[in-house]
Amino acid sequence: MSWFQKLMPSRIRTEGAKSRKVPDGLWTKCKSCDAVLYRPELERSMHVCPKCSHHMSLTGRARLDAFLDDDGREELGRNLMPTDPLKFKDSRRYRERLSAAQKQSGENDALIVMQGTVLDLPVVACAFDFNFMAGSMGSVVGEKFMAAVNRCLDQELPLVCFTASGGARMQEGLFSLMQMAKTSAGLARMAEQGLPYISVLSHPTTGGVSASLGMLGDINIGEPGALIGFAGPRVIEQTVRERLPEGFQRSEFLVEKGAIDMIVDRREMRERISTLLDLMTGAGRVRGEALEITEIMAEQQPSPPAEGSEGDKVEPDSADTDTDSDSDSDASGRPAS
Amino acid sequence: MNANYLDFEQPIAELEEKIRELRHVSSDNSLNLDEEIQRLEDKLRHRTEAIFSALSPWQVSQLARHPNRPYTLEYIPMVFERFQELHGDRLFGDDKAIVGGMAALDGRPVMIIGQQKGRDTREKVRRNFGMPRPEGYRKALRLMNMAARFRLPVVTFIDTPGAYPGVGAEERGQSEAIARNLAVMARLPVPIICTVIGEGGSGGALAIGVGDRTNMLQYSTYSVISPEGCASILWKSPEKAEVAADALGLTAERLLELKLIDKIIREPRGGAHRGPHEVAVRIKETISAQLDKLEAMETGDLLEQRYRRLMAYGDFELV
Repeated sequence: MSWFQKLMPSRIRTEGAKSRKVPDGLWTKCKSCDAVLYRPELERSMHVCPKCSHHMSLTGRARLDAFLDDDGREELGRNLMPTDPLKFKDSRRYRERLSAAQKQSGENDALIVMQGTVLDLPVVACAFDFNFMAGSMGSVVGEKFMAAVNRCLDQELPLVCFTASGGARMQEGLFSLMQMAKTSAGLARMAEQGLPYISVLSHPTTGGVSASLGMLGDINIGEPGALIGFAGPRVIEQTVRERLPEGFQRSEFLVEKGAIDMIVDRREMRERISTLLDLMTGAGRVRGEALEITEIMAEQQPSPPAEGSEGDKVEPDSADTDTDSDSDSDASGRPAS
Repeated sequence: MNANYLDFEQPIAELEEKIRELRHVSSDNSLNLDEEIQRLEDKLRHRTEAIFSALSPWQVSQLARHPNRPYTLEYIPMVFERFQELHGDRLFGDDKAIVGGMAALDGRPVMIIGQQKGRDTREKVRRNFGMPRPEGYRKALRLMNMAARFRLPVVTFIDTPGAYPGVGAEERGQSEAIARNLAVMARLPVPIICTVIGEGGSGGALAIGVGDRTNMLQYSTYSVISPEGCASILWKSPEKAEVAADALGLTAERLLELKLIDKIIREPRGGAHRGPHEVAVRIKETISAQLDKLEAMETGDLLEQRYRRLMAYGDFELV
C-alpha cells in the first residue's frame, strides 16, 4: 500500500490491483511508448501502435489475414504435422512442447501458408508464427514452405513470405538444419522460372531462417525496428565482449548496410507489395505486347526502301550533309544522299 | 595430464608414455625389456579398443575438435595433386577460415573448398578458429561459379564450429552470404561432394555443404547447434553439453541411420590424427568413386536428382 492510500479514509479506499482489472484483452499497453490502447482499434491498425508506430508482434494467421484480400483464400499444407524423430528431451519432452504450442496457438506448426490475392493480384503468401516455439524452422515449416513454392511453380505465381523466427529448431537436430538447404533450393528453382519472391523480415528474424529463405528475396523488406541478423545480439556480445551499439541489427541498420531494400510500415504493406509485384510481373505482359508490335512491323518491312525520299524530308539538316566533305558523309549515321 | 590428449584418452597417453620410457631405458642399458614392452603394447591396444568401441556422442564431439586432428590443408596434398590455392572474394577481402583452389584428383581437375582451422595460437587467430566471415563464403561462391564455368566438380571439406558471430560479419551480411551459397549450390551444374572432416557447425557448415553426396569421417560431427550452445539455451547451463550432445544426434553413425548423410569414412582406432594417410586414402577412394558416378550423369539428371535429394530432407506426418 502506498503512502497516499494509507492517508485515505478506509471507506473511499479501493482494493488496489484487483479493482483495476479490466475485461481481458480489451486494453493493451504499448511496450514502446506506454500508451494505453483500445484493442479493437489496435487490431484495425494491424497491431501497430497508433501513437508511436511501434510494430507489435503478429501471429502468422493474423498476418496473412491483414495482408490478403478477404475473398478467395486457400490454406495450403494444413495436413502436415510435426514428429519427434530424435525423441528429443531437455527439461521437457519435445512432444510436450509441441502439443503445448499447438494448443496455445491453434496451429500445427510455426508456418501458415495461403494462396489468395493482394489487391486483386494473385499470390501465395506465408507467415511465421513466433508464438509457436519462437517461430523455429523444423521439418514441417520446411515442407510447408515448399508447398508454397510448389504452388507458385505450378501456377506461375509470386511468393511473399513474412518471417519472425529464432532460427532452426534445435529439437529436430540436423533435420532442421537441412530445411535451410531445402527451402533455398526451392527458391533457386523459382528464380530460374522468373517468379518473384518478396521476403518481409519482421521482428525478430535470426539464425537459420535469416540465413536461408529470409535473405533470398528478390526484394527484402524490413519492418520498422525489426531485429534481423544471423547471430543473436547476446551471442555476439559474448564473442566480442563489448556492448553493441544502439540500433545494431535493426531494419534501419540493415538498409544502411545494404542488406535489405526498404523499410515498410505494416499499414502500407499491402499497397507497397502489390505495387512491387505489379512492376515485377507486369514487365512480362508489356514485353509480350511490345514483341507483337515489332513482329507486325517486321511484316511490313519489305516496303521501306522505296520511301527513301520521304526520309530525306524529315531530316532537317540533310542539306548540311551535302555540303560536308565527301569522305565522311555517313559517319554521322545520317542518310548519305 | 597431456594437453594433446583428451580426458578420456589419458589412460592411452599414460601407457604410451610408459612404453616410450621403457624403450629409452632398454636402448640405453642394453637391458632386454622386449617382453615387458610387448605386454604393454598389447594392453595399449586393448585399452584403445575398449575406449574407442564405446564412445559417447560427447566424446565424439571432443574428438571432432581434437587439437591434433588433421585439417583441410593437411588432407589436400595427401588426396590431390597440383593444388593451386586461390584467394579472395573480389569484394572485400580474403578470409583465411575458408581455403579453396583447383587441383587434380588422379589427374581429374576439381575445385576444392574447405574450412580451415589453425594449429598453433598464431595460426588459430589468423584462421579465426575456422569460423568464416561473409567474405569467406563469398570466396567459396566465386570458386563454385568458376567451377561451373570450367566444368570442374566441386569437392568441399567441412570443419567449422560455425559462421563467425561478430559485428563486422553482421554488417557485411553473414546471413545473405550463407543463404546465397545454399541457393547456388542447389542448382550448380557440376557435381558437388561434401565431406565433414571435423566439426560440422550449423549454418556455417551447411554454407559449403549442399550437394550430391554428404560424407562424414567416423569421428566427425554435424549438428544444427553446438552441444554447448544447445545446453545453454535449452538446459540453461553449458555444463549440460554432454546431455545435449546425446540428444542432438550429431554423430556420423546416427545421421546415417536417419538417412541425413550418405557415407561414413572409417578412421583408424584412436582417430584420424593417429593415421592421417590412411584416412586420406579412404577419402580419395570415396570421392573418386562418387565422382565416377556423378560425372557419368547428364547435367539435367544430376540437378534433378540433387533437387529431389534436398526435397526429401524432413520428417513429418500427414493427417
